[in-house]
Amino acid sequence: MNSGMNAHMNSGSGETLVASRDLRRVFDVSSPWLERVLSGEKKRLLRAVDGVSFEIRKGETFALVGESGSGKSTVAKLVVGLLPPSGGDVTFEGIAKGRQPEAGSVQMIFQDPYASLNPRWRVRDIIAEPMSALNRPADPAARAARVGELLTLVGLSPLDGEKFPHQFSGGQRQRIAIARALSSEPAFIVCDEPTSALDVSVQAQILNLMRDLQEKLGLTYLFISHNLAVVRHMAHRIGVMYLGRLVEVQETEALFENPQHPYTRLLIDAVPDLADIGRDRVPVQGEVPSPINPPSGCTFHPRCPLVTDICKAQAPAFDGRTACHHAGKAFA
Amino acid sequence: MTKNNNASGPVLSVSDLSLEFVTRRGVLKALDRVSFDIARGEVLGVVGESGAGKSLTGSAIIGLIEKPGRLSGGEVRLNGERIDNLSPEAMRKIRGRKIGMIFQDPLTSLNPLFRVGDQIAETVMAHMNVSRAEARARALALLTEVGIPAPESRIDAYPHEFSGGMRQRVVISLALAAEPDLIIADEPTTALDVSVQAQIITLLKRLCRERGTSVMLITHDMGVIAETADRVAVMYAGRVAEIGPVADVIRNPQHPYAAGLMGAIPALKKNVGRLAQISGSMPRLNAIPPGCAFRPRCPKAFDRCAAERPDLMQAGKSRAACWLVDQGVPA
Ligand SMILES: Nc1ncnc2c1ncn2[C@@H]1O[C@H](COP(=O)(O)OP(=O)(O)OP(=O)(O)O)[C@@H](O)[C@H]1O
Ligand SMILES: Nc1ncnc2c1ncn2[C@@H]1O[C@H](COP(=O)(O)OP(=O)(O)OP(=O)(O)O)[C@@H](O)[C@H]1O
Ligand code: SF4
Ligand SMILES: [Mg+2]
Ligand SMILES: [Mg+2]
Repeated sequence: MNSGMNAHMNSGSGETLVASRDLRRVFDVSSPWLERVLSGEKKRLLRAVDGVSFEIRKGETFALVGESGSGKSTVAKLVVGLLPPSGGDVTFEGIAKGRQPEAGSVQMIFQDPYASLNPRWRVRDIIAEPMSALNRPADPAARAARVGELLTLVGLSPLDGEKFPHQFSGGQRQRIAIARALSSEPAFIVCDEPTSALDVSVQAQILNLMRDLQEKLGLTYLFISHNLAVVRHMAHRIGVMYLGRLVEVQETEALFENPQHPYTRLLIDAVPDLADIGRDRVPVQGEVPSPINPPSGCTFHPRCPLVTDICKAQAPAFDGRTACHHAGKAFA
Repeated sequence: MTKNNNASGPVLSVSDLSLEFVTRRGVLKALDRVSFDIARGEVLGVVGESGAGKSLTGSAIIGLIEKPGRLSGGEVRLNGERIDNLSPEAMRKIRGRKIGMIFQDPLTSLNPLFRVGDQIAETVMAHMNVSRAEARARALALLTEVGIPAPESRIDAYPHEFSGGMRQRVVISLALAAEPDLIIADEPTTALDVSVQAQIITLLKRLCRERGTSVMLITHDMGVIAETADRVAVMYAGRVAEIGPVADVIRNPQHPYAAGLMGAIPALKKNVGRLAQISGSMPRLNAIPPGCAFRPRCPKAFDRCAAERPDLMQAGKSRAACWLVDQGVPA
């Protein structure tokens, strides 16, 4: 990464760090077996992630956006190995030992800083935990010194290590979660809605911190959010998910300037913006369909203003930018 | 209380409203002399830091403050008449009839055991002198008005049979059932997806336009405020820091906290590079500093800010509680 530059001036070195290939995850959401047999109900499968492929370059922030239930968190869990995939795989070039990423090289930050920190542990032990697990550095004094450095790095004081999580505000807890994630010196951090539980002013502190750390440490992020403005601010490239599939992947500016998929365009249009005082929005019609019983063909077709017969019959293939039979066409 | 005894004045007038929590560790001032008006047909947006007192202000207006909280000063007037000193019984009549409510989680407003049509019809009958058949017809009309598709077939469904967005529409129809003068909407779209959120906001805007209902819209989302509100109040540590026309507060904030807040919001239309950031965090309610509550975080604080509390002062088209205004220095 060329340091000192605005994170948006570059999009990493071009070298692929993480690649997901045809990633799939199916959940069995059937009623209990006996009930099912008695009522004659069929097994019900939910395709939460249905063939997702992307590459994340070294030093870049790749974002996933999409409505609730589109499968973003499931992708995150598959990438860090918290869930096994039902199909496809994730590879970690450069930070892999065999098929697995090197220990400690991948970390995750969760949405809720209240739930993700152990309330009974002191902050210094929470932050040191990944180092203790790896026994790296082996010297406890070196670990303690590093905890102090990490606290300073995220804008807290080394003295805060003595305290417990409940003594901190939401934003401060998210800083602690970030310090913890950094303690094993990861190359890659998956951030699942890292600021969604925070106030906008606290959000600004955390987003600025994450960008500073990326520049300083050359970190690569998979950044998940449903907030398009936040994603525009943070990401070099963006993938848009709908019902378990990627419907568009583009560089950030290109995505906002020239969205290809009708869903992306409607989503951008649906976001209220400070620049739009008194504007009337054109809301996307309809609601997200059930992923248990997705629509035929292109799963967006019941809500799409460009829909034609082919959309109902045939799922569009991903062409490297988008998956739509009428990509880039103007709305009537 | 008749609808027209004060047709020219504000629908809602809150003045110097104060609210305390009496705890073992002392008295916390959660609202400290909050004042604002809402005109007929106007949407007042209320924004501000988490814990600033936005929801409490809404609860205080509708008389739903629970112990150990208590109003310790000021008054609330609806159509010119005081409602902060009414009996719980009289207040219950006002809720629903004169003031409708919409909360973040639609399930808190709906009874899971009753069909939605019956719930709306009950509300209509409780507040208006109509027969059951008329109330049901009105429920159907309301469900149609808020955009429930095929309302004849949905009127007898239970709340859990609706999606989140449709449920929030049902709540809006419930809030509108008795044709209230004012709706208090506390984070009405926060739990919804952006695309569904846009549908709900469009609906709320249309309803106020067509019916002349006033709305107090509490939300964290400045984008929603920009599109929906006529005026906006910015709250900080239990006080109103700034209030004014939405365009002025967003484009030309006068209070340093409001300025910090606007800079902290990532914009969709352009990348601003580094976001403005207000360092530190809001003081705890038991440790609000004397003078201006924002002083410890304020980049422009000077001597007077620690000594004296600023009240709202005229600053262009807005009013801001900041001594800089008195000095003629922009935030
Ligand atoms: N353990 C599970 N068992 C069954 N279904 C699941 C499970 N985890 C997720 N799902 C389902 O998979 C789909 C995708 O969920 P996921 O949490 O990945 O969505 P998301 O895009 O992160 O949504 P949100 O924005 O609400 O966080 C949803 O329909 C969800 O209900
Ligand atoms: N029972 C209580 N005892 C003591 N303090 C309380 C009590 N209930 C609420 N508070 C405090 O009152 C303050 C105002 O809360 P309120 O819910 O109005 O904030 P808000 O502006 O709506 O915040 P948010 O944006 O997070 O919803 C908070 O600091 C809260 O901690
Ligand atoms: S494929 Fe058809 S239905 Fe799907 S998004 Fe494109 S135009 Fe719309
Ligand atoms: Mg999620
Ligand atoms: Mg609130």
